[in-house]
Amino acid sequence: MIHQHVSILLVVIPLLAAPLAAMTTGRRIPWIVALLATATALGLAAWQAWLVMESGPISYALGGWTPPWGIEYRIDALNAFVALLVAGIGFLSVLYAYTSISSEIETRKTPLFYTAFLLCMTGLLGITQTGDVFNVFVFLEISSLSAYALISLGRDRRSLTAAFTYLIMGTIGATFLLIGIGLVYAMTGTLNMADILLRIPEVAESRTIHTAFAFIVIGICLKLALFPLHLWLPNAYTYAPSVVTVFLASTATKVAVYTLVRFMHSVFGYQFSFENIPTSWLLVPLATIGLLSTSMVAIGQRDVKRMLAYSSVAQIGYMVLGIGMATGTGLVAAILHVFNHGLMKGALFMALGAVAYRMGSTSIESMRGLGRQMPLTMAAFVVGGLSLIGVPLTVGFISKWYLILAAVDLGWWPVVAAIVIGSLLAVIYIWRVVEAAYFQDANGEPVREAPLSLLAPTWILIITNIWFGIDTRLTVGMAERAVQLLTGAN
Amino acid sequence: MTDLLVGHYNYWIVIFLMMLGLFTVLSRNNLVKKIVGLNIFQTSVFLLYISLGNVSGGTVPIVAEGYDTYSNPLPHVLILTAIVVGVAVTAVGLALVVRIKEAYGTIEEDEIHAKDKSL
Repeated sequence: MIHQHVSILLVVIPLLAAPLAAMTTGRRIPWIVALLATATALGLAAWQAWLVMESGPISYALGGWTPPWGIEYRIDALNAFVALLVAGIGFLSVLYAYTSISSEIETRKTPLFYTAFLLCMTGLLGITQTGDVFNVFVFLEISSLSAYALISLGRDRRSLTAAFTYLIMGTIGATFLLIGIGLVYAMTGTLNMADILLRIPEVAESRTIHTAFAFIVIGICLKLALFPLHLWLPNAYTYAPSVVTVFLASTATKVAVYTLVRFMHSVFGYQFSFENIPTSWLLVPLATIGLLSTSMVAIGQRDVKRMLAYSSVAQIGYMVLGIGMATGTGLVAAILHVFNHGLMKGALFMALGAVAYRMGSTSIESMRGLGRQMPLTMAAFVVGGLSLIGVPLTVGFISKWYLILAAVDLGWWPVVAAIVIGSLLAVIYIWRVVEAAYFQDANGEPVREAPLSLLAPTWILIITNIWFGIDTRLTVGMAERAVQLLTGAN
Repeated sequence: MTDLLVGHYNYWIVIFLMMLGLFTVLSRNNLVKKIVGLNIFQTSVFLLYISLGNVSGGTVPIVAEGYDTYSNPLPHVLILTAIVVGVAVTAVGLALVVRIKEAYGTIEEDEIHAKDKSL
């Protein structure tokens, strides 16, 4: 009985927990509320993924209104996979938050922090669950509005300007999406994704649909921080509280990448997105230039958190590259990288949050000699860094391997070169941190290792990084199943 | 030509407001003016949706004798949601402006940048 409602419960439970957290006081009780809600969400997401893998896509009619008239939640291998990532990172972030925010957010604001966090997670999970294009906009705004509030909680006053810039850029992006959805509705008369897909061929030649496509793609690219629309991201990630950066870096942009894939393949369809309109010619050059230029910018950063933020923009380049290739393997690589990058960036930002907790700063100077003082934290950073570079036996290798395979298949040798150079640049910027931490002497007071409550979630993520780097059955299996569904539907 | 200009006047208004709003967001230095620009930009989209729902000769969508053409109520319902979202964005944006004013003592973008640089 209840298994029919898994998909909606996944969204409703964090949504109901949010006001509950706001009604509590202190530090411990709101944390427990959030922990229970996210743990339940993780269980439901795992259950949902299992159901999808066992018995195929789930269709849930909201309020019993049959689609395409009512809102439909439609879950296939792709959404189930992304929802699992969001719920998993959400749970680990809350586990990590208790200690991490104790030094960054006042007790008075703690319940509201968890409220905003749960709302943000509701929005992100909602985007992954829904099969209705207008619903995507609503959930996107729920997640974005709470993200602005979360970022502005940072200790540095620059977090306020970062949140404001993100608010302006994010709202423009979401409004572009809204314009696109309106124009699609004007031409097709429906908001259900599967229904639009059926009706697009009739109107594919009209200028309105072309305009709609342009607005939607640019709108989503603003949200996913594709170069050169990434300018809001570095400051937002740098000045947000550590745990917020962990959560947003490994879920928010990933969900936006998912939205792009969904709109291109399940709303407009492969035929329209890549053959009627030369989308690849827009995405591939931007992604390639983006991944090279932002990797280079990352090398020059003094603040390690900012360095990783630029690296995130570069990694988005890899994902968009995979989407832009418009081949099955390219798409598998993009979806794998969404999941894998979520795992590695989550782990890296968590390790950095532990450094911030002990040192009060994440500048590269403050990390001198930390390899001996905080061995477990820095070891986690190194393994996460290796994964980011794409060393075999880590998840980073798997997705880059598929991406290079896809580029070789197409004979795009300059792109292959760009992917390899991007990885080499990652070696340089990760090495700077390793050098400071292991080969330089500590300055100032010696510090202790980070507390267990910070180390445990970090190492859980590190272990998943290695686990899914060796045993790729779940990740590659789900990504391939998702791509079969996406391309089979065309 | 006249039909394109006059017959679609609502869409011309939409485009004009959209460009005006975007230009205000991008060109103004004052954070409150940016929010105002954002509002104008969003309002243009509301008008777009409301225009889409209009059916020539249609009445309000209430079943009554003697009327068989109705305007499409769905875009109006959608835009109610979008208006709520817009209000929420404005509220959060203004709240951030208040906090920025408290932290920096100014809401002019160039002055904020100058203050951050001098740290």
